[in-house]
Amino acid sequence: MSRSKRLLFVLPLAAFATLAAWFWMGLAPNRDPSLVPSVMIGRPVPAFDLAPLVAGKPGLKSDELKGRVTLINFFASWCVPCRAEVPLLMDLARDKRLELDGIAYKNKPGDTEAFLAELGNPFTRVVVDDTGRTAIDFGVYGVPESYLVDKDGVIRFREAGPLTPDVIETQLKPLLAKLSQ
Amino acid sequence: MIPELGHFALALALVVAFIQMTLPMWGAARNDGRLMALAKPAAMAQLLCILVAFGALMQAFIVSDFSVAVVARNSNSAQPLIYRIAGLWGNHEGSLLLWVAILAIYGAAVAAFGDNLPPRLQARALAVQAAIALGFLAFMLFASNPFARLDPAPPDGAELNPILQDPGLAFHPPMLYLGYVGLSMAFSFAIAALIEGRVDAAWARWVRPWTLAAWLCLTAGICFGSRWAYYTLGWGGWWFWDPVENASLMPWLAATALLHSAIVVEKRDALKGWTILLAILAFGFSLIGTFLVRSGVITSVHAFASDPLRGLFILVLMAIYIGGALALFAWRAPFLKPGGLFAPLSREGALLINNLFLATAAATVLLGTLYPLILDVLGLGTVSVGPPYYNATFMPIMLPLAALTAIGPLLSWKRADVAGAMSRLKFAALVAAAAALLAWWLEGGRPLPLIGIAVAGWLFAGTLGEFAGRTRVFEAGAIGRMRRMPRSAWGMTLAHGGLAIAILGMTGSAAWKQEDIRDLKPGESGTIAGYVYRLESVGAAEGPNYHVTRARITLMRDGDTVTVLEPEKRFYPEAETTTTEAAIHTTGFADVYGVIGEPDGKGGWAVRFYYEPLVAFIWIGALIMALGGVVSLSDRRYRIGAPLRARAARIVPAGKGAAE
Repeated sequence: MSRSKRLLFVLPLAAFATLAAWFWMGLAPNRDPSLVPSVMIGRPVPAFDLAPLVAGKPGLKSDELKGRVTLINFFASWCVPCRAEVPLLMDLARDKRLELDGIAYKNKPGDTEAFLAELGNPFTRVVVDDTGRTAIDFGVYGVPESYLVDKDGVIRFREAGPLTPDVIETQLKPLLAKLSQ
Repeated sequence: MIPELGHFALALALVVAFIQMTLPMWGAARNDGRLMALAKPAAMAQLLCILVAFGALMQAFIVSDFSVAVVARNSNSAQPLIYRIAGLWGNHEGSLLLWVAILAIYGAAVAAFGDNLPPRLQARALAVQAAIALGFLAFMLFASNPFARLDPAPPDGAELNPILQDPGLAFHPPMLYLGYVGLSMAFSFAIAALIEGRVDAAWARWVRPWTLAAWLCLTAGICFGSRWAYYTLGWGGWWFWDPVENASLMPWLAATALLHSAIVVEKRDALKGWTILLAILAFGFSLIGTFLVRSGVITSVHAFASDPLRGLFILVLMAIYIGGALALFAWRAPFLKPGGLFAPLSREGALLINNLFLATAAATVLLGTLYPLILDVLGLGTVSVGPPYYNATFMPIMLPLAALTAIGPLLSWKRADVAGAMSRLKFAALVAAAAALLAWWLEGGRPLPLIGIAVAGWLFAGTLGEFAGRTRVFEAGAIGRMRRMPRSAWGMTLAHGGLAIAILGMTGSAAWKQEDIRDLKPGESGTIAGYVYRLESVGAAEGPNYHVTRARITLMRDGDTVTVLEPEKRFYPEAETTTTEAAIHTTGFADVYGVIGEPDGKGGWAVRFYYEPLVAFIWIGALIMALGGVVSLSDRRYRIGAPLRARAARIVPAGKGAAE
């Protein structure tokens, strides 16, 4: 039996060990969020022009993001963390210093409508990224994901995964206070 | 008193499992027949102990003994009896008890029906089964005791999660667990074979029926679950790529691969190491699923109350079982006597390709399921990949696999005549083209659905063609040839045909689903897929433990009333939860699916309608696949064909045996 052939038989064990180590880290109660910053922070938003979810309502273009602070939230009805995030977004929507816009990521319009009808619609505008093109341009890992864009149309903050009360209070709101001056 | 009896029976089962794990294993190593013989009565005793525990917990649920913490948390005296009984497995502790009970049933079945097994293999397999039982019994006794008491006992219990209060709960989890846990048999036999250092055709013949039994239960369980999700979640979907659904799909894919590779071991004495690995992985995926559901590492709609400590316990068990098995595999599998090489273009080559596709598909689902966890551990947040990921990855693997499924059975062992096989598929190609054309004519030309329909037609016609060729259907004596055809061949025809039907349903409902959502006041109507639906009234009613909001909706077509649909919303005051009960009108070829939503505050109600073409074929197809498993399981080579016993004095009159 050659050495390389023997190694082949060890491969499943090695793969499982990696998986188990990952599970173990996943269980750690206070995981170290060694945050990897997005390369998009400090850059202007990628160009996009998205159609509205409901015909007749306004769409969303990258040019329109100038002159106001915008929180862009990528979401989808099939995403469980997105469901959990909606109540927090409803609170944020009451903050007059920003406009909260939603981009429905690869989601059938009917599903998106049902989702918003069921859980409430926190967004000023809801637009559709059917192909996922805009999400790729933003560098979205998956949904939900949120981007805070300043008055010059520059991305200042990114949260991959659902926003949490902690992130909103300690990161988003202080930044918002600074940007809205 | 009875709960304490159950608790004691569990502890006793732990002791018995320890004996069953150690002494027969030692006996097998020393070739001591008396020690090996202990395995059988121990397996029986273990089943008895666990059934006592199961009965004790069931009694507590039935009489609503709220001094038992699990009952108080998951049952309520107003709940109907069926949900008090099924509530036993609607929670973490109780479902674990169901898990070990099924494990014990399988173990006892090996003891009772395994007379044709070599004693050493049987003793070792039962010892491995006991090792699995030992871990999970310890988990229950030390970290998830179903018999923990409350003092003082509350006057009434909290309620079983209303979403679970559905007849589906009575069937879906036990069926699914019969599948998950049944895969432990293949696992135990694989470990026993690795210890023995021998895998041969006889081994495959013993393992395959157990795998088949587990596979068919898993197939039926997933089918029930999908149907349940369809009518109860109120979104008109039948598969959500939820981590917990994936947790059942991955073992199913691995078990399907194992079923096919075990044939190669049985017929051609090849692919041994790979088959052993699949047996380990199939059960490994079951355990990973158990871990994902119960540890809270991944967000899911189905997850049990999460608890990292319990997660750690299962992770340790998983590391011992899967890690231990794979270590044993790395050490022993290289020494298995290699089987012969074979030509790529042959039945065994086709089965290997089937295995590669299925393994890739399982890996794809695993990656999609774990992606959120992978990013989370890297500190990148909890995100999900959803249907877009699976549509882009899983479908391109499964559709070619389904297409190849039509070809494989036409190839002969050793060296196949591919040109001959393809020429026998002319009819299937014709059907595929006709089906795609028909779909194009009816629904228009998006490519992916047309491919799906073509594949379904191809596989169905190819499977029928193989059957017709095998029985020479158009020649005299076809009935006799059909009766003489082995049940396993019948099983294959049914399973592959069922798959084709299921693909038809999946493609149709995914591609041509229509939906209509609007606010209606009574008297107003909407339209969907040529139907008109009119909201007549919305009324209130009372259920045993819930309030009902029930809409009356008249469904009309061409001015004639088709039926009256009564979708409901149920509010469970105890649990403060609302569930939806969709009303479904089915023509057989399509479902019209209606749901009543929230009032809009201006006298109107949100009403959602879905038109789901071909959707019922998904479950019909899946059940036919499971039926194929049942038929194949009754094949005479599993009933009487094991080599040792065939050589013993059991003589079957040739005519009778062949006619069976």
